[in-house]
Amino acid sequence: MALAVVPKMTRPDGPPRRRGHADVVDPERQAALRRRHRREALAAYGFLTPWILGLLLIVIGPMIASLVLSFTRYELIGSPEFVGLENYERMFTEDPRWWKSVRVTLAYTALSVPLVLTFSLLLAVFLNRGIRGLALYRTLFYVPSLLGGSVAIALLWIQVFGSDGLVNAVLGVFGVDSTRSWIGNPSTALVTLVALNVWTFGSSMVIFLAGLRQIPQSYYEAAALDGASRWRQFRSITFPSLSPVIFFNTLLTIINSLQSFTPAYVISGGTGAPADSLLVYTVYLYQRGFTNFQMGYASAMAWALLAGLAVITAVLFWSARFWVFYGEDA
Amino acid sequence: MSATTVRTARPSLLLPRRPTRSRLVAAVARHAVTIAVLLAMLYPVLWMIDASFRPNGVIGTTYLPFAGEFTTENYEAGLRRTSTLNFSRYFVNSTIVAVLSVVGNVFACTLAAYAFARLQFPLRRTLFAILMGTLLLPYQVTMVPQYILFNELGWLNTYLPLVVPRFLATDAFYVFLAVQFIRGLPRELDEAARIDGCSHLSIFTRVIAPLLGPAIATTAMFTFVHAWNDFLGPRLYISDTRLYTVPQGLVQFVDATGQSSVGALFAMATLAIAPVVGFFLAAQRLLTQGIATTGLK
Repeated sequence: MALAVVPKMTRPDGPPRRRGHADVVDPERQAALRRRHRREALAAYGFLTPWILGLLLIVIGPMIASLVLSFTRYELIGSPEFVGLENYERMFTEDPRWWKSVRVTLAYTALSVPLVLTFSLLLAVFLNRGIRGLALYRTLFYVPSLLGGSVAIALLWIQVFGSDGLVNAVLGVFGVDSTRSWIGNPSTALVTLVALNVWTFGSSMVIFLAGLRQIPQSYYEAAALDGASRWRQFRSITFPSLSPVIFFNTLLTIINSLQSFTPAYVISGGTGAPADSLLVYTVYLYQRGFTNFQMGYASAMAWALLAGLAVITAVLFWSARFWVFYGEDA
Repeated sequence: MSATTVRTARPSLLLPRRPTRSRLVAAVARHAVTIAVLLAMLYPVLWMIDASFRPNGVIGTTYLPFAGEFTTENYEAGLRRTSTLNFSRYFVNSTIVAVLSVVGNVFACTLAAYAFARLQFPLRRTLFAILMGTLLLPYQVTMVPQYILFNELGWLNTYLPLVVPRFLATDAFYVFLAVQFIRGLPRELDEAARIDGCSHLSIFTRVIAPLLGPAIATTAMFTFVHAWNDFLGPRLYISDTRLYTVPQGLVQFVDATGQSSVGALFAMATLAIAPVVGFFLAAQRLLTQGIATTGLK
């Protein structure tokens, strides 16, 4: 749904030009029209000047530069030295930490995304069944999404999952005696990061709620008449009607998870510790680029990330044909 | 009224209807579940806020909020200026960066959006496609050359690398948001103004801009949140501790004090999230509309 809003281009001119007597094209009027169009184009480019400058200087220029740099060795001092595909070769064949960062990032994404989507969808369906004060609940559920990427919450997470933190205390209440440091232990550290991601499920829940409101109530009434169970209604009405929104949320959550930086950086003290278990891709890229100042290598990593994102996005769009339904009015 | 008469007379009321009493029970149960989930989610934050008002030694031993001794000493300790830390300064710095970012984004994004939504010009489709393409571009792809560029310009240890891109509408998302919004405004308004002889600039400033309230509020709010929370940007460009923003200050605080003063850390973290939550709650009606229609994260 949200993706379907990409607008159709329509000409903004007013009503179609009235045909004059005998269909004679008046050269003077044509010239006036041309002048008007020229003025409009000029005005448009005036309005677009900041954006075009930004596009060229801050986006496309650096993008090209980054591609070029990825074929060089450049350590910020001196000038870039062309090395061909060496950075990519090293990355794929000689750098176990690169592979580690890929595995950590994929594991993080593969664990987070289904959990985020399931939680947010379940709760959205639950709240959509009618509850007083929905607006207030929706707002409060959204709050973690505002805070999830902040340093403050990452530092709080260290306290919550520390050896004498909140989680162990809560476990103690239930009779589980734990002094484990969830963050200090390589086998559980990533789980705490996933928990932080899942904690921010409110933003996709809000989008699901908006999608659910678009499903006509009459569908459910008809289904109830036919004796369809709640689960059957969910499978045959809610899921297909909502599938474009589910698609959109899946894409957004995957992209955000792959690019998440601050929580992993702060929780691991900037290193990816313990034992590189929090070495997400962006943190490793930052280390290469701005701790070791290997600008060429970091650029190659950035382009590998872009390629990976493109592949994942393409696969998702391809899969959409099997499970996303664009109905007439949903 | 018996169930059979309902069934025959008003089929639209056929959804399972239980007697009033159990509907009340169901509603109470629904609120109870919702509140339980909410509390579980917000509990860590509430615990942090509560702990920030407790004497330092008590933190880590009490998990029941709002019981026991109350103190503001953590806030005093956190805000106290030391050789390595100056939190009141960081709050001023963060405010400067966030406010300038908001001004930049609102200004540049609405300007570009007006052109895309209302004007005809050569290459319009191409440029709009490029705009949509940049929506999904990861920051990492441009990060390294941007750093080199801003370094060459001598912009390290200034706020320019954090703020100037906002004035150049590089957050494509907000351009898109405003385009969608402007398309929803009746075109008769600007046509009337044009017939009255208004230029495009005055159509924008006098007709369109005043109607952009919700779009501007959404842009402003989310730009503020992102700029306020942003850690990677300041981390890249600001190394002078006097210019640190709040997120940098928090990391610096942990580096300087370790785990020894959790109370003061929690106090500063609470102050760090307060403006974000405060503005959001204040503006939430406008915002959730914006999120719902555009899918903003």
